[in-house]
Parts: sequence; structure tokens; C-alpha cells
Amino acid sequence: MALQDKYAELVAAATAHGVTGLSVAEQDGVLHVAGTAPNTATYDALWALYDKIDPGMTSADLMMNIDIKADAGAQLKVTTDATNLNLRSTPSTEGEIVGKAAHGETVTLVEKTDDSWWKVKTADGEEGYAFAQYLSPM
Amino acid sequence: MKFTKMTIAAALLVAVAFTSCKPKDADILSKVETALKADPKAAGTKAEVKDGVVTLSGEVADAECKASCEKVAGEVKGVKLPVVNNLSFTAPVVVAPPPASLTTSLDEATMQKVKDGLKDMKTLTLAGFSGKGAIINGELTKEAKIKLMQMLASSKVLLDPTSNITIK
Repeated sequence: MALQDKYAELVAAATAHGVTGLSVAEQDGVLHVAGTAPNTATYDALWALYDKIDPGMTSADLMMNIDIKADAGAQLKVTTDATNLNLRSTPSTEGEIVGKAAHGETVTLVEKTDDSWWKVKTADGEEGYAFAQYLSPM
Repeated sequence: MKFTKMTIAAALLVAVAFTSCKPKDADILSKVETALKADPKAAGTKAEVKDGVVTLSGEVADAECKASCEKVAGEVKGVKLPVVNNLSFTAPVVVAPPPASLTTSLDEATMQKVKDGLKDMKTLTLAGFSGKGAIINGELTKEAKIKLMQMLASSKVLLDPTSNITIK
């Protein structure tokens, strides 16, 4: 079965939920889906759908490159398990820790440096790069 | 006799009214056409004038052009507002760029992102990288598995199918 057919429901859901800049391409047995979800709920729904279509997401045939719409100034919630989120001087774990944001704290997006690292500012004015995985647009 | 004179006078008046009205519409039309010609994007525009009311039709380049044509026509002296704007345009087809992950290679920086992302996932170990993606072993909850996959996707790395991950 072609990958486009396997994940047709996912692509249709992305369109229906207003994912912008949606693009789909198949290459070397992997379906690449990219776009920007309008909110965290849509992002979560699409991932849940991926897990439903490919239980356990073990087939390594989908690269779901969907991010969540967040412009500079957007409020982000720190979604670490329990620990503090380190803010670093450069977008890498090599960067010096210049501040910390607590679990559940709200920080402000300064810029999306890349898909993995975002520059943020805390309410106390501390500014640095944090791992985007632990930041959720509100 | 008197009646006939009056009829003739009335007929003359009507004739004068008509002749004075008709060239007026034609004048307006030529002025509107001249004004529209100034904008090359308005090339497909057709204008009609009836009793001073301008009707625009035809296809223009974009929405902006549709609005500007109406404004230009409305500013011509003698035009009765509002201008009837029947202009159409074809909405542009926005082509999204191809997914960036198509061209992402498993370079040093990409591997580092995966290592960074795994730091807080204590139940997992990174066994290495294959041509397909990251080989990760360990056990996880279903929710944490989605988080792992999201982290890998943000680094544009696949989970190698030989990975041995147990769902708790």
C-alpha cells in the first residue's frame, strides 16, 4: 500500500484542522509531512492519529514535521516532567546555563531559532535558548 | 396651434436632454478608460457607463487591483457613486515549499539534537545511528513514546525500526 494512502486520514485531518503550509512528499520509503498546526490541540490530535494509523509508530515510514504556530511574543508553557528548564547562552547543550524556567511556568517566545531550540524570556527577564521539546504554545 | 407649439417645444427639450446626456456618458467612459489604462494590471478591465454610473467587468490581476480600479473609476469627474464593481480575479495558488526533512542529513549537529533530547528520557539509551535513523532502546509509557517521536521529528530524524522499545 502506498504511504500516501496509509496516511491519507492524517493528511486530510491536517487540512481540516487548518494546518498551514502543508506539504507532503514521499522519498525512499518515507512520507514527509510538513506544516504548521494552528494550536497545540491540533498538534496533539495529529500525533494521536499517527499513533492510531501506525500503532507504536514503529514503521519508520513517516516524518511528521509539523510544528505549532507561535510568533515572537507568544506565551509558552514549560512542559518538563518536573524539573527546571535550562536557559542557555547558545542554542546547544554546550551553551552556558544563563537561567532557569520552572516546570509549569509561562515564558515568552523571543524567536524560533530552529525546530529544536527556541529563544525565550522569563517573567523575571532572564533570556536564553531552551529546548523546544519542553515548550508548548498556549 | 398652441398645443402643437408646446409639443414641438417639449420634443425639442427631450431631444436636447438626450443629446446633452449621451455625450456625457461617452465622455465619462473615455475618461474612465484613460484612467484605467494607467495601471497595466487593469488591462482586462471593461467599463460601461449608463447615466453616469460606471460598471466595471472583466478579469484583473488581483484583489488589490480590483479595489484600485474601482477607486480610479470613482474619481473620474461626473461619475455617480457607487461604481458597480463586477471585476473578477483568480486567487493565487500558494505552493508550500517541500518538507525540509527531505534534505536533512544525519550530521553531527542533528545527532547532537537527538542526544540533547534524550537527556531527560532516563529510561532510554541511544545505541547509535543507522542509515535510517536513531537506534534507541528502553521502555516507555505510551505518552512518553509520542514525546520521543515528537523530539525525533523536530530533529528530523526517524526512529530506526530495529530499535527495541517496550511500552510499559
